[in-house]
Amino acid sequence: MIPLSWFLILSAGLFSIGLFGVLSRKNAIAILLGVELMLNAVNINLVSFWRYGNIADMAGQVFAIIVFAVAAAEVAVGLALVISVYRQRRTVIADDLDMMKW
Amino acid sequence: MNLWADPVNLAARWMAGLLDGWGTPAWLSTLLIQLVGVVLLVSVMMVVDILLVWVERKVVARFQDRLGPNRLGPFGIIQPFADIIKLLIKEDITPHGADRVIYNLAPILSLMSVLLLWAIVPLAPVIFGVDLNVGALYIIATGAIGTLAIIMAGWASNNKYALIGAFRQVAVLVSFEVPMIATMLIPTILAGSMGMNAIIQAQDVWYVVLAPLAAIIFMIAAIAELGRSPFDLNEAESEIVAGFHIEYTGMKFGLFYAGELLHAFTFGGFWAILFFGGYRLFGLEQLGPLVAAVILLGKALFGYWIIMWVRYTMMRVRIDRMLAFSWKFLTPLAFALLLATALVNTLLRDASALIHAGGMLLTNVVAGAIVVQILRRFGNRERARIRPSARSVPAGQ
Amino acid sequence: MNGTQLVFLGVGAVILISALLVVTTRNLIHAALWLIVTLFGVAILYALLNAGFLAVVQVVIYIGAIAILFIFAVMLTRKELRDRGPQLNPAWWLSAIVAALTFGGLVWMLQGWSGLTRSAGEIPPGFDAVGALGNALIAPNAFVLPFEVASVLLLAALIGAVYVAFTRK
Repeated sequence: MIPLSWFLILSAGLFSIGLFGVLSRKNAIAILLGVELMLNAVNINLVSFWRYGNIADMAGQVFAIIVFAVAAAEVAVGLALVISVYRQRRTVIADDLDMMKW
Repeated sequence: MNLWADPVNLAARWMAGLLDGWGTPAWLSTLLIQLVGVVLLVSVMMVVDILLVWVERKVVARFQDRLGPNRLGPFGIIQPFADIIKLLIKEDITPHGADRVIYNLAPILSLMSVLLLWAIVPLAPVIFGVDLNVGALYIIATGAIGTLAIIMAGWASNNKYALIGAFRQVAVLVSFEVPMIATMLIPTILAGSMGMNAIIQAQDVWYVVLAPLAAIIFMIAAIAELGRSPFDLNEAESEIVAGFHIEYTGMKFGLFYAGELLHAFTFGGFWAILFFGGYRLFGLEQLGPLVAAVILLGKALFGYWIIMWVRYTMMRVRIDRMLAFSWKFLTPLAFALLLATALVNTLLRDASALIHAGGMLLTNVVAGAIVVQILRRFGNRERARIRPSARSVPAGQ
Repeated sequence: MNGTQLVFLGVGAVILISALLVVTTRNLIHAALWLIVTLFGVAILYALLNAGFLAVVQVVIYIGAIAILFIFAVMLTRKELRDRGPQLNPAWWLSAIVAALTFGGLVWMLQGWSGLTRSAGEIPPGFDAVGALGNALIAPNAFVLPFEVASVLLLAALIGAVYVAFTRK
């Protein structure tokens, strides 16, 4: 049988890799990719706690579904913003987007 | 159990006995038996695919008032094998600057997404791959893998026409997924489960009688999902040469082409399962699993024939009209139908079967009448806008 | 080491390696494709955890919509098809240290918890996970309110995204 610790360590590792991606990448879309990894790590955590706890209590799975919805909404709005910024400034490198208005 | 009533389990037991006799551990013998089952299913499906090439070419020929292939073998039945040999011996080109790994992976993923669908199709009450209790959603999931394959093919070809073709095809696929999900939820509501076996078992009255409008919308959305006429942007020869598979030659193109035909046959099968009772035919399927499988494949062939009939009769729709049709017409209609069906089903669930069927049919007829009225008004307005001088047909005549 | 553990180790290795490739590869399209491999691995993990509905929904939503959205956004925001120059910040070693510290901190915090090595409970036969999930989502004393709020959130995101990205020709 698989102990709970394996799942939790896996999700901690995935979260840290996503954090590294968010902090160290230049391209704005690559930063959003890192955020997606972090959200997936959180989801693994939620579902494994549901499985290894009280199965009749569906809170873990419901939480995971809400996280799906929030992730989809955030990606849609984030990428719309990135595309809109690209149309104005012709760049998506996060370092170059440093002025509010000029 | 004997061979007639339960062939698959009998074969599995025989093989398990054989492997145990050779001394293999239990987990290995289970794995091997399942592997043999998978390989058998995939091989049968690929052979069906080859025959579908012949069916397609004969049917299109008859629609166009000619004979079709009739040289090789009786009625030209050896023709698809000649086609395959031709595709196999063609030169395998990778375009300059193409992303090699993605370029070679795309046709494999495209065919894989179709073969994965056959895992949940119940050919008989005892012959099926796996009885997933989320079968309807699994269909959408494999469609997502097919969409991914199209983008990969369009991007990796290093060709702007391929990219444009892939963009347009994916936009159509994503748009028509929504009405397809909504209409797939209608048999789910009526049967109380998403599993394919449960939906078939619950169809004492075929769902095409209880929800004909849903069957029609599902067929339209499925034809758009398959990328066939009248929604076939990726083969719009007059517009973008050949869409996302321009740069593919030889057997890689063959995988795309065969995958598309098998996909059409698979969706004919799902149309049969969801709306036409699957392998049930007034109790005839009790005779044996082989009879049930033949009944299901026959109904799938009927659905495939409808898809071919639409393809070879109608003209291609323009891309913006196509997307407007999905988002502004099919999606609201599908959701309104879903709401109406759920409401009427809850109200009439405990009534007798005749009243239940009658109530659902009446709902669909009323919805259909409303839709026809809306279309008539819209058509009159379009006609008046294009030719203001021409007399438009007044409503009600 | 039985079969389930082997499968978990294999899937876990695939997830972590492809996640590393997502955050380090130069070509953004390849990064999006490696993200798809990661998401697929997570879906297999859900199936291992007997959450079959979540596994299929993960494939439909993440791979079928979000990943395709990423690929489209990558294709629409570049002047040329190839990526040039370094893709990591000059101070990437600092973020690597931060990430390693986060991972170490999380693992150390988990060590102090007594329930860490518990095994999975048995699933009672005839337990309908999909039905129980559906009931939980619409029962008034369960989670109907977050469910409805999530749908309003999606509506707001839809309108916002269309408005922000719309071009008037």
